[in-house]
Amino acid sequence: MKKISRRDFLKSIGLGTAGLTLVASPALASESHSTITGEKLPSKIRKVKETFTVCAYCGCGCGIILYSNDKKEMIFCEGDPDHPINEGSLCSKGNGIIDVYNNVNKKKQREVNKRRITEPLYRAPGSSQWEKKSWDWVLTEVAKRVKAAREATFEEKDDKGVTVNRTTAIATFGSASLDNEENYLLHKMFRSWGLLNIEHHARL
Amino acid sequence: MTNHFNDFINTDVFLMIGSNSAENHPQAMKWIVKAKDKGAKLIVVDPRLTKSAGMADLFARLRPGTDIAFINGMINYIIEKDLYFHDYVLNYTNASFLVNPEYKFADGVFSGLAEKDGKKTYDTQTWQYQMDGDPVKDGIREEAIKKDLTLQDPNCVFQILKKHVSRYDMKTVSKITGTSEDMLKKVYDLFASTGKPNKAGNVIYAMGITQHTYGSQNCRALSVLQLMLGNIGIAGGGVNAQRGESNVQGSTDFAMLNQYLPGYNPMIYAHKHTKLQDYFDKDVPKTSYWSNRNKFLVSMLKAWYGDKATQENDFCFDYIPKHDNKNRTHMGIFSDMAEDKVKGMIAWGQNPAVGGPSSFQGRKAMEKLDWLVAVDLFETETAAFWHRPEADPSKINTEVFFLPAAMSYEKEGTVSNSGRWLQFRYMAVHPPGQAKSDLWIADRLFKAVKKEYQSGGKFPAPMMDMVWNYDIPGEDEPNIEQVAIEINGYDVKTKEVLPGFARLTADGSTACGCWIHSGYWAMDKEAGTVACKRRLKKDKSGLGLFPQYGFAWPANRRIVYNRCSADPAGNPWNPEKELVKWDSLAGKWITADVPDFGATKPAAEPGGQPTPVPPDKTVPFLMQEEGRGRLFAVKGVNDGPLPEHYEPIESPVQNILSKQQNMPLATRFKGDFSKVAPTGSTEYPYVGTTHRVIEHYQSGAVTRNSPTLAEASAHMFANISPNLAQKIGVKTGDDVLLETVRGSITCKVAVSGVCVPMNIDGKEVEVIGMPWCFGYQGIAQGATANDLTPSVGDPNTSIPEYKAFLCNIKKASKY
Repeated sequence: MKKISRRDFLKSIGLGTAGLTLVASPALASESHSTITGEKLPSKIRKVKETFTVCAYCGCGCGIILYSNDKKEMIFCEGDPDHPINEGSLCSKGNGIIDVYNNVNKKKQREVNKRRITEPLYRAPGSSQWEKKSWDWVLTEVAKRVKAAREATFEEKDDKGVTVNRTTAIATFGSASLDNEENYLLHKMFRSWGLLNIEHHARL
Repeated sequence: MTNHFNDFINTDVFLMIGSNSAENHPQAMKWIVKAKDKGAKLIVVDPRLTKSAGMADLFARLRPGTDIAFINGMINYIIEKDLYFHDYVLNYTNASFLVNPEYKFADGVFSGLAEKDGKKTYDTQTWQYQMDGDPVKDGIREEAIKKDLTLQDPNCVFQILKKHVSRYDMKTVSKITGTSEDMLKKVYDLFASTGKPNKAGNVIYAMGITQHTYGSQNCRALSVLQLMLGNIGIAGGGVNAQRGESNVQGSTDFAMLNQYLPGYNPMIYAHKHTKLQDYFDKDVPKTSYWSNRNKFLVSMLKAWYGDKATQENDFCFDYIPKHDNKNRTHMGIFSDMAEDKVKGMIAWGQNPAVGGPSSFQGRKAMEKLDWLVAVDLFETETAAFWHRPEADPSKINTEVFFLPAAMSYEKEGTVSNSGRWLQFRYMAVHPPGQAKSDLWIADRLFKAVKKEYQSGGKFPAPMMDMVWNYDIPGEDEPNIEQVAIEINGYDVKTKEVLPGFARLTADGSTACGCWIHSGYWAMDKEAGTVACKRRLKKDKSGLGLFPQYGFAWPANRRIVYNRCSADPAGNPWNPEKELVKWDSLAGKWITADVPDFGATKPAAEPGGQPTPVPPDKTVPFLMQEEGRGRLFAVKGVNDGPLPEHYEPIESPVQNILSKQQNMPLATRFKGDFSKVAPTGSTEYPYVGTTHRVIEHYQSGAVTRNSPTLAEASAHMFANISPNLAQKIGVKTGDDVLLETVRGSITCKVAVSGVCVPMNIDGKEVEVIGMPWCFGYQGIAQGATANDLTPSVGDPNTSIPEYKAFLCNIKKASKY
């Protein structure tokens, strides 16, 4: 009998790596592997969770399998060998994708990318620094600014008397880096404020 | 893309022009190389010896901004040598259609050019077909258009095109482009070899084509070429834009562009749409699949405004702001910003301080803002504009809010790749610290603004009545499935998730946020999940269609216009690459791909069987009002029915083809954004052009903050020829000063054969290439190439002319 690999097993039960991520605890990777193949996974990836993702960079849409552990570290990524477009290979950017989340520091430990901004920030007029703020604070303050700009400039009718319900004093840029569902909500939100100035990368 | 990446394996000859897949779309290159292994040929046309050019069978170097001359020359060659695909051209394009005899082309301009308030526009009256009936009232009905099936009438599209491109003889094209006549002939012969039923030619393009003041016409030239060779709608063919971001296809589909609503429905304009019926009358065509646009718009309004949207109130039509028809594109907005007309700006996952044209002036314009919100992963140049090197923070009064967001794998959702595939991606880790998914931020921001309006304000109804039902009790994240169902569409009464857009109605009984994606969240029973989450690698066709891998909009169609892959009787032109076929014995269509035409008619009675539509009753180009591919564009572009060569706004030479130096309708701006160098400038004698590098993504905002990538590509540089290096006395690694009329930057110089001087009608022209991914933030920092680029744009799209501008270069003094 043909010995099936763990990957074949996962495919045959119709889960694939994504299904695994959705329904399984991180330990399942090693459990399923040893159950099916009778072998132990290499120690490095014994307790990892696999997650299917699509590359965040160019428009090819390559499949990537991400490996993360129970210490919330991303430890590895590889091109998904089952993906029809990239068939397991990745370019330099795709290979470097986990860098955005964490990096190995000088003590050989993984830490969150030090350059990531992980708290809401505010810079006051004329100030030379950022201040850390809470989400509640920034959301409320931004909302006040949106309202103030809208109230000061909102046109209900244009000079011909046509109902226009718009403001041209707020502009938004972005984004081709967001998911479809996110763009959809942004579009709805911006139009509900009456914005015309909605633009993003596709213009450039 | 009309086609998709896996389909490249079916190509016989690739024409890669204004694109560098090896560097910018490496997995596209993988499929090109696979096809090459099977015998396919690769032609690369580019000003630089790119990594892709290094892998080409033929590399034709051309001067930046001369693509139309190059392609029109090929179309001329194809007509002269009778290499076009006769049956395809006659049956699937508008070649035989007769055009208004008043149509003229003289001195580089088309008939109808008018000037008002210093702004030029075309009246397109003389570009229209000769036809019976009233096209405004009845639409551009194919049957009503006068034709000459012998293609001999001087007013038929074929003869007009033939006459137009006859001016693009090999000698003239060589003088304009700088490509040798010998190379032109080799390229033309090789690509024209695909004008046969059993051959597929594939045009691959990217920003080298679009980023010009005639970028739309560059695309048109490529489309005309592909129609002439019968390469549209077939496996291995197509016009394939290589999209630069993981979801720029999706963000475009969702209309993050001022002039659209989701799904390519035009925005509502005050000057023509005072009520819903106006939109139906003026923007719902009488013919083509777009005649269903009323259903798409009403379903979107139902998705947004639910029970509040009724027949009586025009489905809340007035809740949508009405456009003022001013230039509200990137450049238009920055121009307004410089004039203090914009109070607040939200940069959500975009970095215009590096990515916008004339970015030095762009950053200065941002100082006029009252407030700026940056939603991003890192402190981008845009978020940091107030402490940029050239600024004094104490003098900048803009309030800046930074909202920390999540990386692609710290949240879940779908992205649409260049081949229109929607794929669902999953969350691997939670965002670090207090960073949040963009869906969460959008949800909370909407609610925060709505809350501010609880105490009243101007016309809060569009916010108050907006459907926003994404809460899950006890959960922090919004319900993405609910968002997805809203986008996909559902039956208002039964809440059934719709299988596709064919079910949409204009009576308010269906809701659908974005019609083209309808079906992406429909259940695939075999896969056991919704369409965009499928990962079944079945490919019965053997053509790499993978119909159950993700979801391809529209309707899971993998190759659009696929009716054209078979002859008028329904027999595939190439039986080895069969997408659709009429089985005359069985009296029905055999379809490997989802047909892009009405292959069946719905049953007359509910529950009945649909009836097949015979080949002669099908339409090759369903989205076009006349049902044919447009060799001659009666509508769709505002700057000419045929592509015509003009010089870039900044050019070292005069236009030798006509008296019209530049695109007459080019978008220009005032004040800070008005600066351009004169033609043949001696102060700025070299042609500058921008490009990307494999290690960096767009403005580099993410990759320059990723240690390994920042290290792999750490320096801003300019590529110049050995000839120019000798002239200015520099060697690789030296610092150089690049200057334009707009500003200057200092960077390293790379001396190689990537750029070489070109002979343009006897004049030596040097080309300087530079990546545009650097800025003053991040681990890898460097000068911003866009500080040099002009704010002039295409009249249809306002895409800036990044790819051809004038500059000077000299050795930098030590600093």
